[in-house]
Amino acid sequence: MFDNLTNRLQGTLKRLRGEGRLTEENMRETLREVRMALLEADVALPVVKDFIEQVRLRAQGQEVLSSLTPGQALIKVVQEELVGLMGTPEPLQVAPPPAVILVAGLQGAGKTTTVGKLARFIVDRHKKSVLVASTDVYRPAAIEQLKRLATQVGVEFFPSDPQDKPVEIAAGAVNEARRRVIDVVLVDSAGRLHIDGEMMDEIRAVHEAIHPVETLFVVDSMTGQDAVNTAKAFNEALPLSGVILTKTDGDARGGAALSLRKVTGKPIKFLGVGEGMQALEAFDAQRVASRILGMGDVVALVEQAYQAADQEKSQALAKKIAKGKGFDLDDFREQLRQMEKMGGLASVVDKLPGMGEVPEHVRAQMNDKQTARLIAIINSMTPGERRNPDMIRGSRKRRIASGSGTQVQEVNRLLKQYEDMQRMMKSFGKGGLGRMLQGMKGKLPGIPR
Amino acid sequence: MTAPTRPDNNTSAPRSARDPGGLLGRLRAGLASARQSLGHGLSDLLLGARALDASLLDDLESLLLSADIGIETTEFLLSDVAARVGRKELADTRAVYALLRQRILEIVQPVSQPLRVDPAVRPFVIMAVGVNGVGKTTTIAKLAHQLKRAGHPLILAAGDTFRAAAVDQLKVWAQRLDVPLVAQPPGSDAAAVAHDALHAARARATDVLIVDTAGRQHTHAGLMDELKKIKRVLQKIDPAAPHEVMLVLDASTGQNAISQLKHFHEAVGVTGIALTKLDGTAKGGILIAIARQYRIPLRFVGVGEGLEDLQVFNAGDYVEALLPMQP
Repeated sequence: MFDNLTNRLQGTLKRLRGEGRLTEENMRETLREVRMALLEADVALPVVKDFIEQVRLRAQGQEVLSSLTPGQALIKVVQEELVGLMGTPEPLQVAPPPAVILVAGLQGAGKTTTVGKLARFIVDRHKKSVLVASTDVYRPAAIEQLKRLATQVGVEFFPSDPQDKPVEIAAGAVNEARRRVIDVVLVDSAGRLHIDGEMMDEIRAVHEAIHPVETLFVVDSMTGQDAVNTAKAFNEALPLSGVILTKTDGDARGGAALSLRKVTGKPIKFLGVGEGMQALEAFDAQRVASRILGMGDVVALVEQAYQAADQEKSQALAKKIAKGKGFDLDDFREQLRQMEKMGGLASVVDKLPGMGEVPEHVRAQMNDKQTARLIAIINSMTPGERRNPDMIRGSRKRRIASGSGTQVQEVNRLLKQYEDMQRMMKSFGKGGLGRMLQGMKGKLPGIPR
Repeated sequence: MTAPTRPDNNTSAPRSARDPGGLLGRLRAGLASARQSLGHGLSDLLLGARALDASLLDDLESLLLSADIGIETTEFLLSDVAARVGRKELADTRAVYALLRQRILEIVQPVSQPLRVDPAVRPFVIMAVGVNGVGKTTTIAKLAHQLKRAGHPLILAAGDTFRAAAVDQLKVWAQRLDVPLVAQPPGSDAAAVAHDALHAARARATDVLIVDTAGRQHTHAGLMDELKKIKRVLQKIDPAAPHEVMLVLDASTGQNAISQLKHFHEAVGVTGIALTKLDGTAKGGILIAIARQYRIPLRFVGVGEGLEDLQVFNAGDYVEALLPMQP
């Protein structure tokens, strides 16, 4: 989700490289670019203004270490300020039993789905028993939705009815948990507008009735400038203990994360990263801030890549493609192996600069778990098939599928993916990943020439 | 199940009834925060009491950016204003402000085109699409309510077979509205639901069919393919269907709305936009950027949770709410 911002900032900061020193002049220009990048990323205007001012003040007083270029020094300040703004990660409170967790937010933020994911997370990671309850008596079938999710993730569900009062449902759920000695109670709430006084009174009353150990504000990562208004209002109405940022698996630039931190001062605890009930990740400020800037991860990746990638092979491949020879399935397998060594395709792609250019549907296919299966499928092909994938038709596909313990559809998918990869390779013009990494050598801080 | 009501409203009157002023009033209230951030800037501006200088342009820029209009469109809007200020063509700040309003109106007015259900087409098929949580199902319910009141017999298709209880949600609405619903058990093929629904709509000579779809992140190729399949299946029965592909956008969404439109448009060809949740403090300014880039008709705005709270998009009201002439 942060890719666009990352690319934008990389473009911006690159301009500073190669200049002898950081002057008042070129810092102003860069900060203006950073400001634009942040605004495009939906960071709220007041937050952007503060941030730029902070960076300006810090960068001005700071001497440039001899080992760094002025550009790197400014990157460092920007990154450090970003990390500072993101805050330190804090764990989820799940004790003492029955530990009550209340979620709140606007309509459509993803509260109910998040409650399902959290329930599963607490069962898996904290090994606690969980009871979920819905106080959403307004949205049709909201209670039913939570009931289904509870069944799906295998936790207890406290039944409620649209005729019930939210406060009574919440209190009833907590009593039930106490009676049945259940460790954690997750209370879902109806989506509400922060300017709806009566609904805000209601959630406050629910909160007072159940004394949650965690009161989590659930926010859509696609939220624009309004994030500051809503976060402020919820933060004033409820003693929030943290934030969950949802739908980060899209391409939203995620500036809301910065706004929320700045306005509420509360830690972002989780990121929703997909539709499945397991798609919830702990928020890592360092990582997210680095990802916004791009630099930290790129450096780590390149170092990692140099240890893992077999340079000779990748150079041979690069040469082959440069000569105009086809990128065949042998090469594809070789790339998959290298990717696997580096922690999987998706993680590599995420870290690379310029990856915004890779078509989304290609990226969507880069599922880490698939890598091993893909290699298995290619292993089940004859050398001839690998060199000339066009010959793979019906009966060959069936043989390959049964040889690799997969389905024909998966073989088809691999061939499609290979074609996409081939197209991508061609569009890079110069060659594969190895070559790209070669090209990055020397251009990045911390990597020897 | 009886219709649940908000705590403030135990009568059968729609929830919107207590809010006078309609869209304009609601939008104005919502814009209060933007004005706060400007301090006295806006009222000074409207009184024409301020000098035409760089700080004025800065304030206008802040006003536009805070409304999610986006950098590119903000710069586009302000470049003309700045040029005219430079040439001293504008007498005072009031003229500057009026010009800005005019520029925005020129962008939104041409795409302010209400949805027209063609009586010659039967059934007229509407497919609602969008990312998760924008309010597709609620918008469909409101739209169904309006169409029914306008005398169109209609059928709803519960095409969100993925999200838990999404079918039940639409079922509740269908019961409340007394409108037939075509549904299959959760997890079944959404395209099959659409297929059955269109056949049913034809058999019953229904005017309108509204197909709900599951919310999906526009970047997931597989999910977008599924959407394409729904459209394809409808087209097998009626090559002209769906007659309206309505993208539902959440007003609180920032710059990502452009990406949403782009991807959905590429996948299934968006023919109309509904902007929901305008009753909050978000201004939905991204609509201006979208109108400028895509020229896709703006159909409706959602301004509340009641069935009545879906209004035909009105360019004049929208601009007035965004940049009011009255401070």
